[in-house]
Amino acid sequence: MILVENLTKIYPVAVKQPGLKGTIKHFFNRTYRKVKAVQNVSFKIEPGEIVGFLGPNGAGKTTTLKMLTGLIHPSSGTVRVAGYLPYRRQSKFLQKMSLVMGQKQQLLWDLPALDSLKINAAVYNIPEKEFSQRLKELSEMLCLQEKLDRPVRKLSLGERMKAELLAALIHHPQVLFLDEPTLGLDVNAQAAVRDFLKEYNQRYQATILLTSHYMADITALCKRVMLIYQGNLIYDGLLEGLLERFAPFRQVRVELTQNLPESKLLQYGEIETKEGAEVRFLVPRVELTQTISQILAELPVVDLSVSEPPIEDVIARLFSQGKV
Amino acid sequence: MKSIIRKAKALLLAHYAHMLEYRSEIFLWALAGSLPIILMGVWLKASDSGNFALNSIDFARYFFSVFLVRQFTNIWVIWDFEREVVEGKLSLKLLQPIDPAWHHLARHLSEKLTRIPLVIILIGLFFWLYPQAFWFPSLGTLLTWIVIITIAFSLRFLIQYTFAMLTFWTERSSAILQFWLLFYIFFSGLIAPLEVFPLLMREIILWTPFPYFVYFPAALLVGLPVDFTRALLTTIGWGLIFYLLNRWLWKQGLKQYSGMGA
Repeated sequence: MILVENLTKIYPVAVKQPGLKGTIKHFFNRTYRKVKAVQNVSFKIEPGEIVGFLGPNGAGKTTTLKMLTGLIHPSSGTVRVAGYLPYRRQSKFLQKMSLVMGQKQQLLWDLPALDSLKINAAVYNIPEKEFSQRLKELSEMLCLQEKLDRPVRKLSLGERMKAELLAALIHHPQVLFLDEPTLGLDVNAQAAVRDFLKEYNQRYQATILLTSHYMADITALCKRVMLIYQGNLIYDGLLEGLLERFAPFRQVRVELTQNLPESKLLQYGEIETKEGAEVRFLVPRVELTQTISQILAELPVVDLSVSEPPIEDVIARLFSQGKV
Repeated sequence: MKSIIRKAKALLLAHYAHMLEYRSEIFLWALAGSLPIILMGVWLKASDSGNFALNSIDFARYFFSVFLVRQFTNIWVIWDFEREVVEGKLSLKLLQPIDPAWHHLARHLSEKLTRIPLVIILIGLFFWLYPQAFWFPSLGTLLTWIVIITIAFSLRFLIQYTFAMLTFWTERSSAILQFWLLFYIFFSGLIAPLEVFPLLMREIILWTPFPYFVYFPAALLVGLPVDFTRALLTTIGWGLIFYLLNRWLWKQGLKQYSGMGA
């Protein structure tokens, strides 16, 4: 469904020295340096797969997505999505794919989402009857039935994201690109979006490529992940393999009744942060149950929570340890 | 054809609803286009003491027609497009199997529809304040004027949208348009009817696209003599040039586009 070979994107970036002298020099003699945003990336995604695309900010995730959706032209290499060259932006290709960007909206802000959806129905040539059926089906899946006639500006962030998903999927794309779809949403809304995506994938066998900073999105949806860093694809394989390899620990946040010295806490795991009576440990996954029991038994605990380390932290740790 | 009509209907209905949300703002924009009314005062005064090809009533009718023409031909696509490119919003439109130009065109046409009731009120107000200038064009003239005003609107839209394409390279294409507007102000008939220009200059101006944005439709409405053949040839010629340029710049520009901010 998606075939990428040696994909490269190079951007010219203007170089300017600071200060007045730099400004004048820049005005008369503008120089550029070439920044390789994506370098020789190759991968293949089969129909119906959900793949997580991970990497720190500026790693090249969005640039790759933009090339896959035909928004920008690659500098070299080849991309084929659903059998089409994306940058040609052929109508048949655009009918088969969709891109959802968490921080961008396509819905008209002051109008009910339904108005924007009607435009999409006309633009994608969806017959009226079929449009009504799809609208019913998708709005039920997203629990949006009662919200579509409200102006978009009156919807909550979570409802707005759901409406954006509805607008992006009303033409039933075979390939779906998601760039941070849960960005800024609360935990419930994140879960709702994840559940919807899972159901959509199962129901329509859609191929999904997802980028997210939330580990929970990736773990809930993706068996396979790809890791990109400084424009290079450094991992392509099972998620379990990635976590075992790069993040074999969990974050355990403990709030104590009193401030204890670090020397007394070190035995429970690596201390990531300590602010007064609040301590955050990094505990190896295999020792998690035992360590939590030990903490609860031995320390004056007020509150305790366990979380996945943020993907940014995992990647940062990975790079700081020089494993790449 | 059915599909095109459905798309046009969906776009117009949605954008019309959107424009109605901003009806007060549109009313202010309509009033902001009152420069011809101010210039009317200047020319009425001048015609009292000078010897011009038009008398004071002709001047009043001409500038009121200019006011009406501008109500239906104002274009702002370059600022919208500039913002879309700079903020990366164009990306969302590029994902759909429809040229983004149709969205812009629908927005403009919807805005014109929203203006109609306001313009009718302003027409009534003008003739109430200045009854000597009252006239009613024949039905034929009125229908021709609607066709001409549609052509003027289309040509202005096409030209400004072509300048907007330069955003792919400069990001501030509206600055280039500002330079173009200098010629528009002088040669379009906005500040003076072409009758008051020297003959040679008028001849040259009539081969440029500018007079067909304002002067030609305004002159037609008030019954001044106009050359239809030249108007048709000139507008078709410039329309073709800008259309080809527009499509070429669009193609080249998309290669430049980096989807900033998206």
